[in-house]
Amino acid sequence: MSLLDKLDTGAAARKALLPEGIDVFGTPIEEVYSSTEARVGGRRILFFGTNNYLGLTFAPECLQAAHKAIDSEGTGTTGSRMANGSYSGHRALEKEFADFYHCRSSIVFTTGYQANLAMISGLAGTNDVILIDGDSHASIYDGCRLSGAEIIRFRHNDMADMEKRLRRLGERTRSTLIIVEGIYSMLGDRAPLADIVKIKNSYGSMLLLDEAHSLGVLGQTGQGLVEEAGLIDGVDFITGTFSKSLGSIGGYCVSNHLQLDQIRYVSRPYIFTASPSPATIASTRAALKLLRDGTELRKKLWRNARKLYSRLDELGYLLGPEPGPVIATILHSPQQAMMLWKGLFDYGIYVNLILPPAAPEGNSLVRCSVSAAHTEEQMDYVGNTFAELRKKIFK
Amino acid sequence: MAHDYNNILQKLCHHIGHFASSGIEIVPESDLINQLAIDSVKLLNLVMEIEDEFDISVPINVLADVQTVRDLADLIHKIKSAS
Repeated sequence: MSLLDKLDTGAAARKALLPEGIDVFGTPIEEVYSSTEARVGGRRILFFGTNNYLGLTFAPECLQAAHKAIDSEGTGTTGSRMANGSYSGHRALEKEFADFYHCRSSIVFTTGYQANLAMISGLAGTNDVILIDGDSHASIYDGCRLSGAEIIRFRHNDMADMEKRLRRLGERTRSTLIIVEGIYSMLGDRAPLADIVKIKNSYGSMLLLDEAHSLGVLGQTGQGLVEEAGLIDGVDFITGTFSKSLGSIGGYCVSNHLQLDQIRYVSRPYIFTASPSPATIASTRAALKLLRDGTELRKKLWRNARKLYSRLDELGYLLGPEPGPVIATILHSPQQAMMLWKGLFDYGIYVNLILPPAAPEGNSLVRCSVSAAHTEEQMDYVGNTFAELRKKIFK
Repeated sequence: MAHDYNNILQKLCHHIGHFASSGIEIVPESDLINQLAIDSVKLLNLVMEIEDEFDISVPINVLADVQTVRDLADLIHKIKSAS
């Protein structure tokens, strides 16, 4: 089969599965009205699948900072930090992230995806082992592959399973990196961090925690699961993204290990890419302040999350194991998931559709992401629409 | 040695049966993806069952060379022999 034939085969399979007349995985957004609404196909739609957890994409402080940065430093850096230098904003944001976590140091990356790629491939190599949760994000899998280390998976959030796999490694646990996530993107559940830290300490391994979905969401100041669990000293490296609660694009790692700085010299995803643009850095710095002081935003976010989760639960939808800003409706067939997704879309609600093999256990997911910016009316409308569709699709 | 290998093959076929399309005969020459419809995610979950069955570690990055049931049995045999 030729290179292009392979693409044709994949395209044919995708077209056979998806409804005609709408590009489910490439929906054109014609105009963005606010952090929660846009125009799609000439209609006003509600964003209920974006990860704009604190609703900061239109925060005046962030917009103003980004505008000012463009005017003073231009639209892009047009090169890597190793070759072209670090702007004052890059260094300032790294200092602010380190201070935010009360950690020794921090590195900023161009995307959240690259933060995981860079950290994992910079930390582990050919003779090392990486132990990952089975539901890990693609950036973690890809970082593992790039590292060349041996990759072992454990069953999702199953601590006995994790320990069993560590035990089999014998002495190699001392060169093993364990990777877990604060909140898992598929089902919206949290890692049992206290147990993980205890186990990793007893085996002498290292722990990397990805707070992509939990930054701004968990903990008093929004550090993530690490703050909620009070375990900052038990985690070796924390990664995360700017593209969710911080409303921009980029990634970071913080650590108390002195060796973090060496990642800048050994990690290809850090070295061989252009650094974040001045506007991105400026809006992220403004958003980080709002996130840290965002107690009220977090309260609103959690009110909305609990409200939608309990409503869908009462309606009889099969959901992820716990309430949170990521609310996954689990469907047993792709057809059913597509009907629900299309039904919501027809009512002007735009959510995520996840089909096998991307979703765990061969299921399909219709996934909502709740924001602090969603109004009471928007929350009620979504709940009522799910109720309506429950009658139509699952009659 | 042959007894060990056949034992591995027998147990492996049992576990593959949990993931393969039903009604298809599982033989050493069966292609995991094209004949048994074991996609990449199913293969990763099959590996976890295999690790538990044989009490070994099977890094998922060595699966790139595995195409058939026999390839997987060979890999298990190699890892078991080395441990």
